[in-house]
Amino acid sequence: MDTKEDQRAIRCLVAKVGLDGHDRGAHVISRAFRDAGFEVIYSGLHRAPEEIVQAAVQEDVDVLGISILSGAHDALVPEIIDGLKQYDAFEDTLILVGGIIPDDDERDLKELGVTQVFGPGASMEEMIEFVRENAPERDPSV
Amino acid sequence: MSALIDDLLAGKHRALARVISRIENRQPGYRDLVSQLHDHTGSADIIGITGSPGAGKSTLVDKLAATYRDRGLTVGVIAIDPASPFTGGAVLGDRIRMASNIGDMDVFFRSMSARGTLGGLSTATTDAVKALDAFGKDRIIIETVGAGQNEIDIVKTADTVGVLVPPGSGDDVQMLKAGILEIADIFVVNKADLDGADRTVQELQEMLQYQDGGVPGTTGHHGTGDEFTGADPTGPGAGGGTDHGEAETEAEAEGETNAKSEGWFPPVVETVAKDEEGIEDVLGVLADHREYLTSSGEQTRRRQTRYAEEIRTLVQEDVNELVAEEIDRQGGLEGFVEEILAKERDPYEITDQLLDPIQECVDERAGTD
Repeated sequence: MDTKEDQRAIRCLVAKVGLDGHDRGAHVISRAFRDAGFEVIYSGLHRAPEEIVQAAVQEDVDVLGISILSGAHDALVPEIIDGLKQYDAFEDTLILVGGIIPDDDERDLKELGVTQVFGPGASMEEMIEFVRENAPERDPSV
Repeated sequence: MSALIDDLLAGKHRALARVISRIENRQPGYRDLVSQLHDHTGSADIIGITGSPGAGKSTLVDKLAATYRDRGLTVGVIAIDPASPFTGGAVLGDRIRMASNIGDMDVFFRSMSARGTLGGLSTATTDAVKALDAFGKDRIIIETVGAGQNEIDIVKTADTVGVLVPPGSGDDVQMLKAGILEIADIFVVNKADLDGADRTVQELQEMLQYQDGGVPGTTGHHGTGDEFTGADPTGPGAGGGTDHGEAETEAEAEGETNAKSEGWFPPVVETVAKDEEGIEDVLGVLADHREYLTSSGEQTRRRQTRYAEEIRTLVQEDVNELVAEEIDRQGGLEGFVEEILAKERDPYEITDQLLDPIQECVDERAGTD
């Protein structure tokens, strides 16, 4: 086995934040990501924003996928983003949001630093492809 | 010294996380990073926790970490989960159980997947532990499913190894026979509120005594949980009375990290981790074991064997790499395989040919000495 080969895998945190208990989608995505060869860390239900930040920083994930169906995205997502900034983890983390997000809110989230929002009907292939293409290149010297 | 290491030593979580990623990815230059860490290691207690899936490892680790935090200690956790052998993907789920340490950055929890590297995982774990140690964590817990040699190699990098056994199934005790029995410094029968827990404890104790009984007349029969320091660990008596099956494994284990060496009889502790029952008992035994390691000199011996093992693994990895280069240089394996299929040559011949240049170098050096 060639050990010199870079064994980098795309690491994703699939996060359920806030009080919404609908995790079927998060489970399906976790599994699809796994089958795509990603390493998936699933947060579990009812997580606080600071837990998500803690997990994203410690696990050094390339991708943070936040699943919110409660409608509280406008409060929770900014908190997470602030937390990531506090630990210098905002710049090189691809942040995705999945859920039912009104168009106006989607614009606001993207302005905050969310790269893409996936609503109902988004296909797995589409999401996996998006992650593959947009997962941040890490500067090896930093 | 690289800026990344400076940041890590200064206590930046992001830098620590990034260093561990480098180690996991085997990114170019990771070895320099680990080399720089080496000087700063050696102060943490390293605890390995293993057991079958569903035994309650993550929950126990969570409670242990929370209790350490109550005592003002900082904690690092490395949780290893299997990866798919087909896609390399993994769902790393141990983090879900870390509910007692919400938002507490002084518990640094990191999930790692077994990325299908033969032997590489234990190297990556050892190096990640070094990063946590250098960062200044007081206690480092390695959590892994005890399913095979790979996992056993990993927990052997710990100072103290805890094996979790869920109650009620003979199968789990069967599993212990496959080698985990020998590496445990403490057994934890978790979910002790379930039926069959008493029986599991009893079975474990019997099995331990049976194993212990492999050396009758040398150490006598020491009580469960009592520290026994009278026996000479390498004395002739140790081999004298052993004509049973254990003799071989004992001999093999000599010089290796043999957790069940003379002087420490692994206690069996009952816990209900989800209700925080028995956590103090586990911590008590961990502290006793730490004390034993220091006072008996076992700690030094373990570190010696661990470093020797580490060097061996690294050398193997590098040699594999050299050989891979040589195989490429000689045109790859395919042509050779064809020759073998056509019965023109055989695998041994090919191997000799591939290793010839390396053999020559070694011979040459042997000649000049």
